[in-house]
Amino acid sequence: MKFFKNKRKEPLTDTQLLMTITICIFVAMYLLAMLLLQGGFLHAQQIFDLLNDNASLIIVSCGLTIVMIGGGIDISVGAVTSLVTMSSILYLNGGGNVFMSVLLSLGIGLAFGLVHGFLISYLEIQPFIVTLAGMFFARGMTTILSVNPQKIDNEAFNAVRESKIEIPWLGYVAKNGNLVPARMELGVVIALVCVALVFVLLKFLKPGRNLYAMGGNQTSALMLGINVKRTRFMSYIISGFLSGISGFVLMLHTGAGNATNAAGMEMNAIASSIIGGTLLTGGVGNVIGTFFGTLTLTTIKKIVVSSGLKDPWWQSITTGGMLCFFILLQSIVLSRRNKK
Amino acid sequence: MQDECLLKLRGIEKSFPGVRALHNVDFTLRKGEIHALMGENGAGKSTLIKILTGVYQMDAGSITIEGESVNIHSPQDAQNKGISTVYQEITLCPNLTVAENMYIGREKSSWVKQKEYETKADEILKSLGIPARSSQQLGSCSLAVQQMVAIARAVDMNCKVLILDEPTSSLDDKEVNMLFSLMRDLKSKGVGIIFVTHFLEQVYEVSDRITVLRNGEFVGEYLTKELPQVQLVAKMMGKELDELNSLSDAEDREEGVGEVLYEAEGLSSTETNPFDFKIRRGEVNGFTGLLGSGRSESVRAIFGADKVNSGKVKINGKPVKITKPIDAMKNGIGYLAEDRKRDGIIPDLSVRENIILALQVMNGFFKPISRSESEAFADEYIKALNIKTASAETPVGSLSGGNQQKVILARWLLTHPDYLILDEPTRGIDVGTKLEIQKLVLKLAKEDVSVTFISSEVEEMLRTCSRLIVMRDRHIVGELKGADLNQAQVMKTIAGGEA
Repeated sequence: MKFFKNKRKEPLTDTQLLMTITICIFVAMYLLAMLLLQGGFLHAQQIFDLLNDNASLIIVSCGLTIVMIGGGIDISVGAVTSLVTMSSILYLNGGGNVFMSVLLSLGIGLAFGLVHGFLISYLEIQPFIVTLAGMFFARGMTTILSVNPQKIDNEAFNAVRESKIEIPWLGYVAKNGNLVPARMELGVVIALVCVALVFVLLKFLKPGRNLYAMGGNQTSALMLGINVKRTRFMSYIISGFLSGISGFVLMLHTGAGNATNAAGMEMNAIASSIIGGTLLTGGVGNVIGTFFGTLTLTTIKKIVVSSGLKDPWWQSITTGGMLCFFILLQSIVLSRRNKK
Repeated sequence: MQDECLLKLRGIEKSFPGVRALHNVDFTLRKGEIHALMGENGAGKSTLIKILTGVYQMDAGSITIEGESVNIHSPQDAQNKGISTVYQEITLCPNLTVAENMYIGREKSSWVKQKEYETKADEILKSLGIPARSSQQLGSCSLAVQQMVAIARAVDMNCKVLILDEPTSSLDDKEVNMLFSLMRDLKSKGVGIIFVTHFLEQVYEVSDRITVLRNGEFVGEYLTKELPQVQLVAKMMGKELDELNSLSDAEDREEGVGEVLYEAEGLSSTETNPFDFKIRRGEVNGFTGLLGSGRSESVRAIFGADKVNSGKVKINGKPVKITKPIDAMKNGIGYLAEDRKRDGIIPDLSVRENIILALQVMNGFFKPISRSESEAFADEYIKALNIKTASAETPVGSLSGGNQQKVILARWLLTHPDYLILDEPTRGIDVGTKLEIQKLVLKLAKEDVSVTFISSEVEEMLRTCSRLIVMRDRHIVGELKGADLNQAQVMKTIAGGEA
C-alpha cells in the first residue's frame, strides 16, 4: 500500500519507510537463500514451516508493537505465554473442554494486561519494572503448576490440534512421486487474523491513532485533547490479551507444556518489532513491518542452520548482529532525513 | 469600526505562596486586532496567559468574552470558549501527518476518516496560504510551518482569540514574515490575536496595540503607532524617560588598564550571531539588553556552554580552543549560570559538596579532595561570603535563594578563576544579598580578576561595570563607557537610537 501512496508524490512517513526497508531486506535475503542454499528454501513449505513454528511469536510481537508505538515496553509476554500454556494443559488433562480452555487462556492474558496497564498508566510506575515483576511472577507460577513437562492427552483438543489446512497447489512432488501438499497449522490462521486486526486498529481506528500521537510526544498528545492514560492502559491490555492467545497457539503447536516454554520469547518479540521498524522511543511502527520482522528474524536463524552452523550459539550471534545492523540502519536513515 | 470588544479582563488578581504574581491587571482585546503583551521577565505575562488558557485559576477579577461573563476551568474549557493558544514549543506530534495533527483529539467517530480529514485540511491550509500538504509528515515541515499548522488547527476550531506565546523565537527572518502575513490574514477575518514576544521590532511591525505589564501590575495600554520604542522600553523597565534624563550621573569610571585577558573574534554559537569581545585584567564589564536579546547566549558561547560554531579566541594573547565548559574552566574561566535551579545547584547535595564541585571536576576524578580539605574550603567560603546555613552539611536545596547563589559563587571562587562570568547573579534574591554580591564583584576586580556581569536591573550594572555592551535582537548594537554610562543612554541604545 505504501507504493500507492507514492503515486501522490508524497514522501514516505518514517513508519512507512522503515517498514519498506524491512520488507525489501526480507525478500532479498530469502531470494539469496533460494539461490545459494537451495534445498528447502525452494519449497513453499519452508515459508509455512516458518509460520507454523513461529505463530505465537508473531502474535506476541503484534502486542509488543502496540506497546512500543505508545512508547512503552512489555517484557512479560514470554512468561505469560508459558503460564497460559501450562495452565491450559493441566486443565485439559484434568478433563476440561476445549472451549473453556480458550477462555482460560484469554482470561489469564487479559488479567496480566489489566494489572500491568493499571499500574503503568494510573499509578505511573515504570513499564519496565512492572512487566519485569509480571515476568518473574508468571515464570514462578508456571513452575509451581508443574515442574515436570506435561503432554496433552485430551482427545477433543488433539483433534483440533491435528487439523491442518492443506494447500495442494503449493505442495511439491516427493521422490516417491506422491504430491505432498503445503501444510499450515490452525495457529497460523489465528496469527494472521491477529495481525489483520491490529493493523486495522492502528491504521483506521481512533485509539490506534491516539497511540501514535502519545508515542510521538506525550505532552503534545495531552494538549491535543487525547486521554493519554486510557490509551496507555489499552495498549497493555491488548498486549496481555495477545499473550493469552499466543499461549493457546503455542499449545496447539507443541502439544506440550514445560516450565521453560517460550523462554526468551519476549526478547525475540522485541527484536522482531525493532527489525520491523518500530522505534523503542515510540511513535513509529507498523504491524505489517513487525510481521516481516518476525519472518526476517526466524529466516536468518534457519539460514544459519542450513549453512551448516548447527550449534545454537550461532543463531544468537547472528540475531545479535542482525539487530545491531537494523538499529544502525534505522538511525542512519532517520537522521539523514531529519537533517534537511 | 474595529472597536468591538472581544475579550475583556478586569481587575485580575493572582497570588502564589509568597508572591503576588498579578495585581489589578486589565486587558482588552478587540475584534480583528493584534495586541502585543509586553513586559520584562517576571512581569506576569505568562501568568496572565495561563489564566486565560485555564491552566491557572484567578483569585479575583472578571473575564468577559463578547460581553458574556465566563469562568475558564481548564485548557479544554478555554478551547471550547474559543480561546486557542500556540506555544513556543510546538505542541503537535511530529510523527503524524499534518492532517492527523489538525484533527486528532477532536474527531467524533471512532473510525479515522483519513481522506475526509485530508481534504478538509488541504482546504484550510490553502485558505490560510500555509505551504504544507495535508498528507505530509509534520516532522518534515520547517518549524515555522509546524507552528502555522498549530495555528490552522486553532482556526479550524473556530477560535475567536488566538494567543501566540513567543512564536518567533525559533524562526528565521523569512519564516517570521510568513507567520506575520498569516497573522494579518487572520486579523482581517476578525480573529483577535494576543502576541507575546521579546522582539521589539516585531511588535512594531505587526501589532496594533500594546499592553505593558510590570511586576505583575498593569502599566498601560497604548496604540503601537503612538508609542515610540524608547518609551516602551522605559515603561517595561519602570523608568520614566524624563526621570532617566535627569539621572545622568556620569560618574567617571576608567576602563580597565591591565592587559587584555580574553579576546574573541567572530565568536558564534548555535544560539548567537558572530560577535567580537574582549576584556582586560581587573575589568568589570556587562552585557545588557532585554530578555531574549542574546546577552546570556553570548556569555554561554564564551564559556562553551552552547555548541560553538566559529570564532578565534585568545587568552593572554595565546590562541585557545574553547568548545566545552571544561576547556573554559581549564583556561581559568568560571561561569555562574542564569538559572541556578537548572544549571547550577544540586539541591540534594550538601553545601560543602556543592562548593567543591567545580574544583573536583578540574582536578579530575582520580585526585579526590580529602574530606578534611573540603571541610576547610567549605568553612572558609561560608565565612568569607557570609553564607547563612545551619552547617556545611546542610543540603543546598533548603537554603534561601540568595544563599544558594553564594554557594555557587563560592564554588567558582574556589577554582581561583582569572575571568568570572556572572549571569543574573542577583535575580530573585533580597536587597542585602544583592549589595553583598555587587561589593564582591568590585573586590574581585581589585584583585585583578576580570568579571562579566549580566543583570536585568540596569542600575545594578551601572554601579558595577565600567563598560556595557548593549544587545538587541541578537546583535551587539552599542558599547557604552565613561560618560555614556547612564540609564537614559542605555535605554536609548536598547530601543534603537532614536528617541
